[in-house]
Amino acid sequence: METFINAVLLTLLAAVTIAIARQRNLFGVVILAGIYSFLMASVLLVLDAVDVAMTEASVGAGVSTVFMLGALHLTRTLEQRPHYSAFVPLLVAVGVGAALIWGTIGLPPFGTPDAVIHKHVAPVYLADSLKDTLVPNVVTSTLASYRGYDTLGETTVVFTAAMGVMLLLRGRRRKGAGGDERAKSKGEQL
Amino acid sequence: METIGKLVAHYNYVVTIFLMVAGLYIVIARSNMIKKLVGLSLFQTSVYLLYIEPGKIIGGTAPIIDPAFKVYSNPLPHVLILTAIVVGIATVALGLALVVRIYEAYGTIEEDEIFETEGEA
Amino acid sequence: MRLDAILRVVVKLMLPFMLLFSLYVQFHGELGPGGGFQAGVIAAGMVILYALIFGVREAKRLVPQALVERLVPLGVLIYLGTGLVAMLLGGNYLDYSTLAHDSRHGQEYGIMAVELGVLITVSSSMLAIFYAFVERGR
Repeated sequence: METFINAVLLTLLAAVTIAIARQRNLFGVVILAGIYSFLMASVLLVLDAVDVAMTEASVGAGVSTVFMLGALHLTRTLEQRPHYSAFVPLLVAVGVGAALIWGTIGLPPFGTPDAVIHKHVAPVYLADSLKDTLVPNVVTSTLASYRGYDTLGETTVVFTAAMGVMLLLRGRRRKGAGGDERAKSKGEQL
Repeated sequence: METIGKLVAHYNYVVTIFLMVAGLYIVIARSNMIKKLVGLSLFQTSVYLLYIEPGKIIGGTAPIIDPAFKVYSNPLPHVLILTAIVVGIATVALGLALVVRIYEAYGTIEEDEIFETEGEA
Repeated sequence: MRLDAILRVVVKLMLPFMLLFSLYVQFHGELGPGGGFQAGVIAAGMVILYALIFGVREAKRLVPQALVERLVPLGVLIYLGTGLVAMLLGGNYLDYSTLAHDSRHGQEYGIMAVELGVLITVSSSMLAIFYAFVERGR
């Protein structure tokens, strides 16, 4: 049953992706990306990744949509038609896809309990987490205690991104630096 | 025929690869920078799915220890992907700030128009 | 009656529940799904929703820009500080066992302190980025 729900949700995701590729109104693209994030959160929930599903729903469908809408407000909302033909990128994409599918054929069937991935460190974490840290959620105890350095690096990355955006976008928009005149002279419509 | 049988059994992985390749196509083929960032975000999300799918055990449950359950799905990919999601949103936010500055400098966010302008100058 | 009266009333009712939910997710991250990242994003989302409906000026009265700028590095410092305290008390860096009388409670206190640091940094970073995008457009 879980496999069936998974298959249906994944097919919906593929349909949304094709719609994103073909849609030229960027406002519609941002809303479709929000729908994609919600569907992805549902798939992750069916795959028993509850922490990841909550993070993907709040980050992907929440703040990511807000940031993209903020950027759209400051630029333009319609995508122009591409000048070059899309044949070579399509060929590259199909080639990469074929190589990746050939690579994943060797993976064990979906959902088997005796795959190699379940053999090394993960059973140790599952067995010892409650004894060592008194925390039942193994993901939290691994994130904060067993793999605490990685979380320190991640917090620093978020801090760096906030610093970078503040450095780039603080201060008034400079009028007449060339951008606004060029945009007006081309007679762009929004 | 046997390959097709294997592909049907691996339907999850095939669709995940399709999502990845669609995101890659949007990044390469479209010249609008915000569309490229959306494609990059799609690509990243499908990679998260590719990481978490092998960790699932059918009949298992979420990795929160409770006396009523015996079999848990693998918690290690969840930890790695939590970090990856947050780093992904940081990248997208910084990319959007750069796109806003590019628009203010050049008047356009289409990559091929910028190349033509720079080619003349 | 203005057309956005419905939005204003509904959002005013929703905001305290969003804050409560964010704190719930933070503190119950050890017993169920949740943790610092999710809680930080939900808390930032609360202020962003307030700013979208009532205006950025009102939101800046609620959470001033100077406060947000001070909070962004504070979370990282809390995280680093926990590691340093663990080291000064005799263990390795980020080895929480030394933080309390016994190693298991020390781990729990360390995890709680670290998740607090993550909550503060993530929520104020998302809010700082939102303020930066909005301020550019004025």
